[in-house]
This record gives sequence, structure tokens and C-alpha cells, in this order.
Amino acid sequence: MPVVAETLDAVQAATESGYKWGFSTDIEMEMAPKGLNTDIIRLISARKNEPEWLLEWRLKAYAVWLKMEEPDWAMVNHPPIDYQDLHYYAAPKKKPGPRSLDEVDPELLRTYEKLGIPLRERAILAGVEGAEDERPQVAMDAVFDSVSVATTFKATLAKSGVIFCPISEAVQEHPELVRKYLGSVVPVGDNYFAALNSAVFTDGSFVYIPKGVRCPMELSTYFRINARNTGQFERTLIIAEEASHVSYLEGCTAPQRDENQLHAAVVELVAFDDAVIKYSTVQNWYPGDAEGKGGVYNFVTKRGACRGARSKISWTQVETGSAITWKYPSCILQGDDSVGEFYSVAVTTNHQQADTGTKMIHIGKRTTSTIVSKGISAGKSNNTYRGLVRIAPRADGARNFTQCDSLLIGDQCGAHTVPYIESRNPTARLEHEATTSKIDDDQLFYCRQRGLNQEDAVGMIVNGFCKDVLKELPMEFAVEAQKLLAVSLEGSVG
Amino acid sequence: MSTTAPPSGPVAALNAAAAAFIARYNDSKARLPGDTHARAEAAALLAEHGLPGPREEAWRYTSLRPFAETPFAPSVPAEPPASLLARIPAIEGTRLVFVDGRFHSELSGVPRGIRVTTGEPALGRIARPATEKLVALNTMLAEDGAAIHVPAGIDGGTIILVSIATGHSIGFHPRHAVVLAAGAKLTVLDLALGDGEYLHNPVISFEIAEGATASHLRIQDEGEGAFHLSTAYAEVAADATYDSFALTLGARLARMEVHARLAGERAAAHLNAAQLLGNTRSGDGQHADFTTVVAHDAPNTASRQTVKNVLTGRSRGVFQGKIEVARIAQKTDGYQMNQALLLSAEAEMNSKPQLEIYADDVKCSHGATVGALDGDQLFYLRSRGVPEAEARAILVRAFLSEALDPIGHDQARGAMEAAIAGWWDRHTI
Repeated sequence: MPVVAETLDAVQAATESGYKWGFSTDIEMEMAPKGLNTDIIRLISARKNEPEWLLEWRLKAYAVWLKMEEPDWAMVNHPPIDYQDLHYYAAPKKKPGPRSLDEVDPELLRTYEKLGIPLRERAILAGVEGAEDERPQVAMDAVFDSVSVATTFKATLAKSGVIFCPISEAVQEHPELVRKYLGSVVPVGDNYFAALNSAVFTDGSFVYIPKGVRCPMELSTYFRINARNTGQFERTLIIAEEASHVSYLEGCTAPQRDENQLHAAVVELVAFDDAVIKYSTVQNWYPGDAEGKGGVYNFVTKRGACRGARSKISWTQVETGSAITWKYPSCILQGDDSVGEFYSVAVTTNHQQADTGTKMIHIGKRTTSTIVSKGISAGKSNNTYRGLVRIAPRADGARNFTQCDSLLIGDQCGAHTVPYIESRNPTARLEHEATTSKIDDDQLFYCRQRGLNQEDAVGMIVNGFCKDVLKELPMEFAVEAQKLLAVSLEGSVG
Repeated sequence: MSTTAPPSGPVAALNAAAAAFIARYNDSKARLPGDTHARAEAAALLAEHGLPGPREEAWRYTSLRPFAETPFAPSVPAEPPASLLARIPAIEGTRLVFVDGRFHSELSGVPRGIRVTTGEPALGRIARPATEKLVALNTMLAEDGAAIHVPAGIDGGTIILVSIATGHSIGFHPRHAVVLAAGAKLTVLDLALGDGEYLHNPVISFEIAEGATASHLRIQDEGEGAFHLSTAYAEVAADATYDSFALTLGARLARMEVHARLAGERAAAHLNAAQLLGNTRSGDGQHADFTTVVAHDAPNTASRQTVKNVLTGRSRGVFQGKIEVARIAQKTDGYQMNQALLLSAEAEMNSKPQLEIYADDVKCSHGATVGALDGDQLFYLRSRGVPEAEARAILVRAFLSEALDPIGHDQARGAMEAAIAGWWDRHTI
């Protein structure tokens, strides 16, 4: 079984313990002064050369945010965040809006190298001619702190009419699309962190798949927080027109620092009739050290609207990083026969806290949703699944299946399950199952008896536990995710 | 914005209702029996925190607004009509009858072998007015209740604890406490009946010592205009069991809250329930909420919950069930199943099963399903000549039986079946 073999490799390969993505890159940064006010928002908007409507939109979001209270319902604890003690704009210092990959700072490329971004993509990021034709598989947008630095394969994508670019660029070149869809799934006042993001977002990815087009390759964005004392607020917008298809991958890391870094992203997906959006995330922001010092606060709003009939949005996430994860990728199933999926693995160790899950809002007839969530807690961490399934009165024949399993490793951690199940239609069928247990002694004994050491055995069992989710990931990510699981749990067993 | 604008909305209504209750307490506190200190403390809590509001997570699905908008007067001594008395099931045991919250000695019996005291609220040791606001309300205004004590090793048989409501627009807050000494046994059939529009806000607690077994079987069959807001507590010592079943049929707005704490090794709790809801005669949908919190606070403890909802008309069913496992509670075995049948286009079910687990060597699971009757099963019965209505009734009864079957007390089970049959006559499914 390749999954198992891969796990063993991963366990063996991961000789270095700790957070291997914990370096910072010395690149000259351009920073806005600390603090948040309308001047900063105007500055961000001006730096981005934004049209007036977008500035108005940001200011409106800011006004709403000022009136909101930070939510406290999640099972996470952290000292109060001082929103005035952050830089809301940090950009690698260079010409705005790089069009050619040659402009990429060599220091940045070394960063990618350390991150282990596949070689061919590094070559592409470095602008090596011909690299695109060799194995045209993944197009990548790299977002460094708040600014998109490079997008690959743009030409190839353009041939099929796909737009894949930094959202700041989309604002300039496709303002009608951005204006039409920005905030249409996550309104400015949706929640505290979404309002904050709307006011200060600096960049992110924009994807537009025209009618009937199957995106010829996987699209990928790589996010990294680099500068000290910065918040990262990226905004992603993906629009899939009728009968189009796209698979989008997202990866995240941050350097190792003592202080906490704030990350509050918003992702909006729109799928029209028969369109399919597959959105995969491997989130590995710096989780803090063994004593719980430092780490990223990850407060993210992700939501997809299945506007068209038979449309489908599928979220897959592997969450191993961040000191705090607060994230509920959701689907609004408006179109009849539309489909929502959520596959999640969340691993917490040391002092990490994760409160994550999904919302499936069934509005259209015969809409279906599937939720598979696997939570693994180790160390002194707390891991919560929080999810909502809501069936509206007119959602005849709607169907939901939810499976939430938690695994506890060690007696100092916590695993929690908080599902909300709301049905207002008698023809809908909802099923929810949740289990919590520790690693089965019999399974462990079986593996140990066959000569596996404790850690390898646990790695294998954990991978088996997560298999239903990992198999949903695109191939390359699945391999990376398995390694990540093994590394994350290193030292937490025994 | 003017700061003197008149308050409006649910929060204002709840604040006004809390103020009215406190005013009533101030008027009557000189004559209320029992512990004046506890009352004053509860009044202070209520004044500070008010009644449960829409922004509280535990009250997410149940709004007390209709209750807040209805004024309730204190009850006066009254005689219950024969029609209500006739609904008390004839089963073996000692009756303790409360009419509009007051103990009625002529309708009640005297149990043998166990000690029963009435005439003042039985506050007990384990209720928590500081966390449960309706318990604070009860503590502040309670006038009567039964304190039941079963000595060590004694089988106290069956107590039939009856609440009958006769008055319109009255509010009453009985407070009962049951204490079982080591190895004792007792069954309490807890019955709530009435006619009209009133508030019944009872609190009952069970302290169950080592090796004792308490069986708490409840039938809530209040009048259709009634508000039934009850809170039960159980603290279960080592090798002891709290075995409960709650049947909800009546009331316009009902909430049963159960807090069970498994405090000693091998303690067990069963919290089963069935809610059958529909429209009242005036066409309003009933709303009933069954909320449980089971705290596993010792190793090797077990809890089992099976909760069934049958919803017709415009009714709304709520289930919230939380299993908490403390770090020390290794080898916990917790199971919870919540199922709802929606039998009409306008019925609604909201459920929130919840696990909060801090020990690693545990086996906890919950399941929830919501849906209509299975079309294949209906077809099977219809194809064998069973008429539609009867086929539906057979399937609904089968659905309920999983929650009813664990009731070991045959006569009580019979009383439950009879009450369900009565509901059946009043509603079409």
C-alpha cells in the first residue's frame, strides 16, 4: 500500500524535529507604520493604485469593523490582540506588480528552495525558459507577506481563457469582475475578522474560469508571512462559470518567531451551473514552540457559493500549523442539485488550539453535502470540530452525511465536537456520527509485534485514521500532507 | 443616539419579566417559607444577570420571549378538577400531589420506610442557581416541595410525584430534593399535568450515594398554553446509577434541562427521552427543548442517551446534549443518540450534540439523524395491506420504542404508553 510506504519514508526522513520552515528571509521590506486607521487604509489603497469604489468599500468595512466585537465563542484562549500594534502593509521592496519572473529577488528564490517547493516550479519562478512546457502541471501564485510576487504559467492559462493572477492585478485589469464578485459571498460585515480583512487586505489570488473550460492544470498559491509584526490579510476570489472546472491548492508557512503573528484571510468561491471548484489547503503556519510561545493566529473566513444548478464545491484541508486556528470553510448550496464537500484533518500538538469545521447551508432542492473531519490532539493542545448543517424549508430531498472522528494522544490534550444540526424540511435526510477515542492498543500491539517502533506504528495508524481525507487531496499534496502529519506528531508519543 | 429611548426587543422583554419576578419576590418574601438567605442570593443573581437571553449559547434554539411577554401571578390554594385527577395513572406507589405548586395532603399518601418532608422548598445541595438562571428564579420564588430521603440499603419503592396546574396565568416554582443513602433504591414517577396558560418552573435534585439506584421517569403532559421549564440535577457516587426517561407531550413552550455528574468510579447515568410535538388547538406549533449535560468526573463511568423526537404541524424540537469528560475520568464510556422524525412540511428540528473531552483513554460517540419516515418501510407495510395512517403509526411507534424499551418499571412504562396514546388521539401524523 503506497500510503503506508510513504508514511514510513516520511517518518524516517524526518530526522530533524521541530519546525523546519522556521527561517526568515532578509529581503528589504517596505512597511506602513504600525496601527490601523483610515489613513492606513487610504495608503494601502493608494499603494495598490485602486479605483475609488474599492477604497469606499474598504472604508465601509472599516466602519463596520469598528462597531463589531471580537468573537469569543470558539474554544480558544489567547491574550487580547492589539490591533494597533501591527503593520497592515509590508511588501518586498521592488517594482509594484511584477510582470516578468526575472524580477524575482534571488533571496526570495532561495526561500522557495528552503521551503522545498518542487524544483520545476522554482525554475519557473526563476523564469527559466522552457520549464513551462516540460511538465505543465501546476501554476503557482506566491504571496509573500501581503503581496503577490510571482505567478507562473500565466501565458499557458491565458490560452484557454483562464485568468489566474494576484487580486491586486485583477483590480487593475478586470475591475468589472472583481467589483461584481468581491464581497458577494462574504459580505464586509460578515464577521469580525472578515470585516478587518475587507478593510486592509493587500493581496491574494484571483481566478476566473470561463464557461465550459476545464482548467488545464492545478492552480496553486503559496502564502508566507515573513516580516516581523505584520498581519497577513490575503483575499482570494475564485469564479467558475457554467460547466467549468478548477482545482486550486493553497500552502502556507511562516518563520519561527517569539511573538504571535496575525493572519486573517478571506476566501470567496462562486460556482455557476455545472461548475466544479476543488479547493485544497495544507496549512502549516508556525505553531509556536513546545512551551506555546509564538505562532500564528489564523482567523480565516472561507466560503463558497454554489449558485448554479449541479455545481459543486469541495474543500479539503490539512491543518497542522498555527498556534490558533479559527476556520470554517463553508458551502452555500443555492443551486438545485448542488454539492458541498468538506474533508478535514486537523492535528494539534504542544499548546496549539484549533477550532475548525464547516457550514453547509442547504437552500436548493436535492442538495447534498458530505463532511468528513478527523481531529488529532496530542501534547497539551485542544482540538475542536465545530460545524453547522442547516436545511432551509424549500430544500426538498436535501441530504447530509457527517462523520467526525477525534483521536487523542496523551492525557493532557482535549478533543471536542460541537455540531449544529438544523432541519426545516421533512424530506431532507441528515446523518451525523462522531467518535472520540485514543489509538487502539490492539492496533499498536499488532504493529509493534511486527517490528515497527512506537513512532512508526503511530504514524501508520494516524495515516490510516486520516485516509478518507488524504485520498481527496491532489497527488502531490497528499504526499506532502502525510509527511507533515508524521513530523507534526514526532515526539508526542510514548 | 438618545440613551433614554424606550427599550424594545427580546432582551428588554426578558429584563422586564425578570424585574416583575423580583418585584413579586420583594412583595412576598416576608411570608415565603424556608431559607431566606438562599432566596436573597438568588434574587441578587437574577437582578444582576436577568433571564436567559437569545445571545446565550445554551439558549440558542429556545427563546423565552413568549414567556417573558406573559404576566404570571402567584398561585392561590385551589382544588384540582376531577378531569385532571383522572389522568394520574393508577400504579402502585405513594402519591405526593402538588396543586399549583402547593402540597395537597388529602390527595397524597404517606410512604413507608422513607422520609418525606413538605411545606417548604427542598433546596438540596447540588442545584446551581449561580449558573442556571431559571434555577435562580426557582430558588427566589419556591414556596413548597418534597424532600425525600431513602435510608441506606432500603428499597423505597415508587413515589408518584404529581404536579397539577389549575389556575390560569399563574406561576409556580416547586423545589424537590431526593437523597438516596448508600445502597438505597427509589423510583420517582414525575408527572406534570394541567389546563390553561401558566408557568411551571420546577427544580428537582437527586443525590445518589454509593451503590444506590434512582430511577426518574417523567411525563410532561401540561396544558397547551403552558410554559414548562424544568431543571433536574443528579450527582451519582461510585457504583450508583441515575436512570431517567423523560416524555414530553404538552406545553406550548417546554424546556427540560438535566445536569448529571458522575462523581464516583463506575457511576452510570441513562438520560433517555422522547418528545412528541404538534400544533395546539389554536394552531400554534409547540416548542420543546431537551438539554442535557453529563459530566464524567471519575474513572470508569458510563453514560447512555437515546433521545427521539416526533414532530408534526408547526412544532419545533430542540436537543442539546453535552458529554464532558474530565482529565481524571479515564475509561469513560459515553454514548448518545439523537433522532428526529419530521412528519410535516413546517416542523423543525435543531440539535446540538456535543463532546468535550480531556481524557485520552475514552470511548465516546454520538450520532444524530433527522428525516422523514422511510418510504421503503412505508411501502412494505402498504403492500401488505396496512392502511397508510396505520402504517405510519406502526413506524413511529417502532421509532419510539428504542427510547422506551430501557424503562424497567412495567407499570410506569404502561403509563407512558397510555400518555402517548392520548397524544395520538389529539394529533394526526
